[in-house]
Amino acid sequence: MSSLISLLVRDVRLAFRVGGGAFMGALFFLIVVTMMPFAVGPDLVLLARIGPAILWLGALLASLLALDRLFATDHEDGSLDLLMMGGMPLELAVAIKGIAHWLTTALPLVLIAPLLGMMLNVDLRALGWLTLTLAAGTPALTFIGLIGAALSVALRRGGLLLAVLVLPLTVPVLIFGVAAANAAITGPAPLGPAFTILCALSLASLVLGPVAAAAALRHGLE
Amino acid sequence: MPIIDLANPTRFLNLVSRAMPWLIATTIVLFAIGLFRAMNAPDDYQQGATVKIMFLHVPAAWLGMLGWAVMAIAALGTLVWRHPLADVAGKAAAPIGAAFTFICLVTGSLWGRPTWGTYWVWDARLTSMLVLFLLYLGVLALYWTAEEPGRGARTAAILALVGAVNLPIIKFSVDWWNTLHQPASVFRIDGSTIDPSILMPLLIMALAFTLLFVTLHLAVMRNEILRRRVRSMRLLQAQEAHA
Repeated sequence: MSSLISLLVRDVRLAFRVGGGAFMGALFFLIVVTMMPFAVGPDLVLLARIGPAILWLGALLASLLALDRLFATDHEDGSLDLLMMGGMPLELAVAIKGIAHWLTTALPLVLIAPLLGMMLNVDLRALGWLTLTLAAGTPALTFIGLIGAALSVALRRGGLLLAVLVLPLTVPVLIFGVAAANAAITGPAPLGPAFTILCALSLASLVLGPVAAAAALRHGLE
Repeated sequence: MPIIDLANPTRFLNLVSRAMPWLIATTIVLFAIGLFRAMNAPDDYQQGATVKIMFLHVPAAWLGMLGWAVMAIAALGTLVWRHPLADVAGKAAAPIGAAFTFICLVTGSLWGRPTWGTYWVWDARLTSMLVLFLLYLGVLALYWTAEEPGRGARTAAILALVGAVNLPIIKFSVDWWNTLHQPASVFRIDGSTIDPSILMPLLIMALAFTLLFVTLHLAVMRNEILRRRVRSMRLLQAQEAHA
């Protein structure tokens, strides 16, 4: 247990130190959302209507940004080999790395989402619910991305390949994330079936993601 | 013959070269019958002759999905039993499945133009086929970037299994998404029962397409085995020249 906690602390600490790039995702998110009105025009009514979609798409792209570093840096300096040979089950270690990645890259996205939602003229009363959908859905993005990161680290070509592998798998998360956010804004009850399914997707990928990622690491790096 | 006997690639190659002429002949005959009956099938009272696209479109969609199923089963063989032919089978199925999915998308879009008035609609079925095609491209990209065939096969096998788990979820969510945006879709034709005069040619065409898939799959597997032999012979040659 203590080794799990120390792994978590190590990954979080590494992400916040120089070169860790913990806030790079949040910065990218801010820039993507700022570029969007230049593309669709400054019409506030239109922005309010497509605001949840913009926020979700921005969060999806921003969470992809740091994924290729998730295992690659550990692979380069050899600490991934230590993790694979150590006493800790690889699935657990991978899950902890995923949680650390969510804390350092996805949580900042969730935290600045209300601000960006205000810029997109999203209804103020719905901002809290909108942020909650992001908080519930981003773990699914992280843990599906975990599989892609593990697959691409073995092939030593991350980046573009990772996006190609991961993005089609995130279609359900995007669909239910935007649906839950729209339900929170327009629907009678803020959290409907879409939100429940979003939570289910997150929980399922929390279980399946580390297993698949650990298998990918084992088979890819042997 | 137990499947373990097929693990010997030479025995497999012998079997394939014996079965291949029969498979090719049966495929051609079935296509001839199927196409003839499809051309003679009555036109739809609403869609006219364009309904004939269905005889290509529906079997292609079928085999696009079958391709992923073959990949997933082969992936189990690769990861669980380390069956030497399983990764060859998985690798061979990927481009064929992608091609059939592509044919399905293209014929669907050509069919859509006269029927719906546009080449592309974000109909639930079209969209989930498109996502399937994107997943195929991901697998192919994985094979392209792998430097060593064995490692590439194992990585792609994991992706194939993850995709097999995810595809029903994607299908379900796309259906949900579409009904959310577009209630009472007018594009559905599957509600009506299909007349036997159209159903029979369709089934023959489906059988012909399936045999085409099997033939192509075996041929690609044979080529892949030979390609790997050439590769290892070259490596051996280079090693001997160096020593």
